Amino acid sequence: MALDRKIAYIDLSTGEIEIKPIPLDVRKKFLGGRGLDAYLLYNNKEQGCDPLARGNTLMISGGILTATCASATARTHVMAKSPLTGLLGSANMGGFFAPEMAWAGFHHLVIKGKAEKPVYLWIHNGEIEIRDAANLWGKTTTETQWAIREELGDDEIKSAVIGPAGENLVRFANVMTGIKNSAGRTGMGCVMGSKNLKAVAARGTMDIKIAHPVDALEYNKRFINQITSAKVNQTQGTLGTPFIWGATNSWGGIRTRNFQYNQCENADDIEPERIDEICEETMGPYHMTGCFGCQVHCRAQYKIPSGPYAGKYDEGPEYTSQGAFGGEPDCKNAVTVLTGNHLVDQYGMDNLETGSLISWAMELYELGIITSKDTDGLDLKFGNDEALLEMITRICYRDGWLADTLADGGIPASEKIGKDSFSYLIQVKGMSNLHSDERATPALALNIATGSRGSDHLRSRPAIDLYHLPEEVLRKIYSNPVPYDGPLSSEHTSYDGKPWMVFWQENCYMGVDCLCICKYHTTFLGATLPNFEDWTKVIYYNTGLDMTPKEIWDVAERCYNIERLFNLREGLQREDLKKGDTLNHRYYDEPCRRGAIDVIGATIDRKKFKKMIDEYYGHHGWDENGVPTPETLKRLGLDQEPSHLL
Amino acid sequence: MEKVLMINYQKCTGCRLCELVCSVMHDGVSNPARSRIKVMKWEAEGLYIPMSCQQCEDAPCMNVCPVKAISRDEDLGFVMVDYVICIGCRSCVAVCPFGAMNYNSIDKKVFKCDLCGGDPQCVRFCEVNAIEYVDADRLSTFKKKDAAERLSVAQKEAGALQAAI
Repeated sequence: MALDRKIAYIDLSTGEIEIKPIPLDVRKKFLGGRGLDAYLLYNNKEQGCDPLARGNTLMISGGILTATCASATARTHVMAKSPLTGLLGSANMGGFFAPEMAWAGFHHLVIKGKAEKPVYLWIHNGEIEIRDAANLWGKTTTETQWAIREELGDDEIKSAVIGPAGENLVRFANVMTGIKNSAGRTGMGCVMGSKNLKAVAARGTMDIKIAHPVDALEYNKRFINQITSAKVNQTQGTLGTPFIWGATNSWGGIRTRNFQYNQCENADDIEPERIDEICEETMGPYHMTGCFGCQVHCRAQYKIPSGPYAGKYDEGPEYTSQGAFGGEPDCKNAVTVLTGNHLVDQYGMDNLETGSLISWAMELYELGIITSKDTDGLDLKFGNDEALLEMITRICYRDGWLADTLADGGIPASEKIGKDSFSYLIQVKGMSNLHSDERATPALALNIATGSRGSDHLRSRPAIDLYHLPEEVLRKIYSNPVPYDGPLSSEHTSYDGKPWMVFWQENCYMGVDCLCICKYHTTFLGATLPNFEDWTKVIYYNTGLDMTPKEIWDVAERCYNIERLFNLREGLQREDLKKGDTLNHRYYDEPCRRGAIDVIGATIDRKKFKKMIDEYYGHHGWDENGVPTPETLKRLGLDQEPSHLL
Repeated sequence: MEKVLMINYQKCTGCRLCELVCSVMHDGVSNPARSRIKVMKWEAEGLYIPMSCQQCEDAPCMNVCPVKAISRDEDLGFVMVDYVICIGCRSCVAVCPFGAMNYNSIDKKVFKCDLCGGDPQCVRFCEVNAIEYVDADRLSTFKKKDAAERLSVAQKEAGALQAAI
């Protein structure tokens, strides 16, 4: 049974390992994955402890559906206090790691303390061993994975690893598995590095009993049909996430030259069709690959066609890399984007954070806030592809003053650089924004301002707000499984009803992250995709757990509130520009300079935005400071936290 | 009509859903170690090749079995193991040139593809059609068509090249 997968507490300081079952009442309250991780983090980490200290607790987990007969149960969740933001650290990756860990008997790892020297964990059919990683230290992400397979003599081992960036405590280092699957935000790789934990390797051949196998198979087939019949997923399956680049850019939604423009001119070279063309010679016909059990297969495969890394195999680049290494630094060459993407994959570093911080530094360089003395002679101007690629490597190895400064993350860097540098830093809660420009879309701006892990598009983005769906369609989606009869607007420039959409999406994505399935399989980019009601069936057929859509909604709300409690405990304050639910002033003060008629001239209206946040807090049952009221906590059964149920 | 699995590895995305549904269909559990089909992977090159039983005519597993536990299903033509007779010596595993006869250390049994009784789940679930269930005597026709298409493309390219010169 999926429900009999265990939780393991691993103390790297003492070498003690304790394995426990996960009680059913805990499952019903938090399901698994991100939700249960949030509960464990809140219960296990001392308040205010330094993210890199022994007291920080790192969770690696699968969800309640991991490796069952449901579609794309591939996601691995990683959580700890973030060394980038000082608040909630939470990241999620695809690939094959969590299913392998589940077949090896485990759903959750709770890793405490710090090993004296580099180690890795070896998880195999119910057993966990701490092994020496001296030979692995210094290796890139893929080198590490292949070396573990060789050492243990099994090609089917799946590992979650860090690269040199995690070892060097770059504060936005990834945990990675496979070629490019990255738990890439909030610096979870840095936490692993701080614990001297190079990798977690898993291999399992233990049965996961399916509660109702015939129904599970049949329902999975239906579920897959629903997912693959959505046009958006069919397009993802041929072009990957870069398919949204062209339309978003011509509309005026691509942040360029840090925050100077909202459209990247002459950027056709980094369109996926063009990348396909130039990779034809090295890779053969354009080919896609997928995560465990997924029929969307959104990851492109490529070999770099030319330049110093010619012939290297990698996967992607995602839409994020197009922005981080193409749009934001204004380097619109396909080979640059492919190479940048390859470097961060090998180093194990967040592509988004890396590209955004370099672009920020480019703007500071242009303004004279930093000079060539600070860059060790590197001409860090916009559009300098070589400087961009050089900076990626320098940041990973903290080579030189500027790279070392940027490796500590945006806010500490701005404090070190001084002058007016902070006001140019496009971040929320210390984490850089995606290159999408949210000035014309108040709902999306609200989503990044309030996301529990800092600026983020996968926490609560109501992406379907951009589709101008008829109000009745929106109402059908957004008034389930709890009724909603407030305003809803089909207009993406409107402020009406958007707080509810953001609140609803938060719960939807929290549900997804508790099940550890992919967001392309729910109401994210497609309006017809499954959510709460469909999940009740998948959960029941696979695990036997009988829940109503409302009960799953309640789990999601409960878990989101725990994340909020954690953030408040670690110092979140509503109006704090560094740790609050706030936007950079440029969102309010600098109108969009390019794009379509509904975009050009757009800014976020301060007053209306404040009202939106009030309304959003109201939906949550939080007071005007964003603190859950005692009634809310009681309603969600959180009035006794930390309750140490596990 | 005898039908067989036709695998086109160039279409495979490496997701391993076939392994999952195979084990759920046969054993009611999720466990790739119980799957009759297996995707062999070279991840560093992005190459994935699903491997399954070829249902050989002159099947080595059938020939080697000392107790004649392996026979051919008369309706669907697949090679099958009779567990009442099987002594678990694993000679069939050793002799199979494709590695398609498996041994499962949980139940201590050899096991292999039985085409799910005529509705192979791996085929049903593979949306990219990397595995198809086709008439055995038409297998080569599909291959011919693929090869012909490649020739035709090559010819067009050569023509275009010549015109350019």
